[in-house]
Amino acid sequence: MSPTLPKDLTALEYLTADQLRLLLDTAEPFKEVSERQIKKVPALRGKTIVNLFFEASTRTRISFEFAEKRLSADTVNVASSGSSVSKGETLVDTARNLEAMHIDMVVIRHHASGSAEFLGNRIRSNVINAGDGKHEHPTQGLLDMLTLRDKFGKLEGLKVCICGDLLHSRVGRSNIWGLTKLGAEVAVCGPRSLLPREVESMGVTVIPHIEDAIQWADALNILRLQLERMEAGYIPSLREYNRVFGLSMARLERAPRDLVIMHPGPMNRGVEIDSEVADGPHSVILPQVTNGVAVRMAVLYLLAGESPDWSRGGEGGEAGEGGRNA
Amino acid sequence: MASEIVERARGTDDLVVVGIQRRGVELAARLKKIIDDAESSNVAFGKLDITLYRDDLQAVGPRPMVGQTSLPDLQGKTVVIVDDVLYTGRTVRAALDECADFGRPRRIFLCVLVDRGGRELPIQADIIGTRVSTTPSDRVDVQVAELDGEDSVSVVRGTA
Repeated sequence: MSPTLPKDLTALEYLTADQLRLLLDTAEPFKEVSERQIKKVPALRGKTIVNLFFEASTRTRISFEFAEKRLSADTVNVASSGSSVSKGETLVDTARNLEAMHIDMVVIRHHASGSAEFLGNRIRSNVINAGDGKHEHPTQGLLDMLTLRDKFGKLEGLKVCICGDLLHSRVGRSNIWGLTKLGAEVAVCGPRSLLPREVESMGVTVIPHIEDAIQWADALNILRLQLERMEAGYIPSLREYNRVFGLSMARLERAPRDLVIMHPGPMNRGVEIDSEVADGPHSVILPQVTNGVAVRMAVLYLLAGESPDWSRGGEGGEAGEGGRNA
Repeated sequence: MASEIVERARGTDDLVVVGIQRRGVELAARLKKIIDDAESSNVAFGKLDITLYRDDLQAVGPRPMVGQTSLPDLQGKTVVIVDDVLYTGRTVRAALDECADFGRPRRIFLCVLVDRGGRELPIQADIIGTRVSTTPSDRVDVQVAELDGEDSVSVVRGTA
């Protein structure tokens, strides 16, 4: 019996190892759908999904939209500018009004940490967190894990170092929760001013120097330096950041093994990662993007079967192994 | 059954043997091997998971696991869909829909090991290993050595 999921996907922190494995395993067959000439399956026909984006996003929003459309769902995009949000409507009012139009799912990106969970507790629709403040970005965490699993075959015992601005990074947080739950060893590397004070309590070790991280790790996940938040004086200058923490080919060549390099995008080329590395043979940055669609299809597909007021068992159970006589 | 496939398809050119996950895939692989051995051919092979095309996905409850689909381009091909048990016909309906997303085959045949009756859709098999008459409370279990350790077909009579 496979595990069930909660109604909402708000954080990898709340999921068990079995639930994470279910999500990753379900993403596998969805990769194939995007390689077809007709990239569409009818699994979410008749479902209505609202993409509620209160923060700028290209990759995540488009990735969700492709995932939704390839599952045959009907989608509506709401951006904060040009909607009633800019007139001061609250998050819950916006969502309740949408729900009054009979929607099934909300994908939300919001600048406030915890907003996805807040919303999920107040509406009946499934809520999927597409990034909430500095909290989590669960589908990015899942796609990073899927990419690593593709590359190494398993996550157990894998050494992954997450580098850069952990303080502001929801991507980093989701990676830490997800990877440690599935048995990977996780370290973080970055200026102390950009590491959360409680970071060790999340089960990770701190590696102060990028050179040491390169010696230790099987894979590096290079986070974006959030330039829009750097005015507060976390780092002396971008140039210095690059000199001390930037991933250059010269540094990478000293690695004792072939490292896998990830980056969630958008990249600041020449700051946290040099172009030679980003476009080089170690980079899996574009496979990450491809996996993003498959992971989001899996999330949408699985959550569509999870609703608090639906009774468990029943028809779904008949589809089990061996019981299917067609 | 293998020779019947070749006969109906008038040879192995343009023939694609497609198994429905899961037991149908093993049966299709065996049929392909028998055909290839007999005809010195290498017929195209595919597997199909119909989960995303099921007509009861809108019904409530946790989602069934999705299996792997891998199909070649079916445009202009003669396709033989292979499954273990034919019952309501709903799986085959879903399989036909899914095949249509991989091109327009010239012909599609249906080949099943067991036809247990009880159709709910106007679908019939072209090639049938055996027929058994059953009631809805019965269960027909097909086991294949690759997955289950032995080859067997058993009819488990329901008590209802």
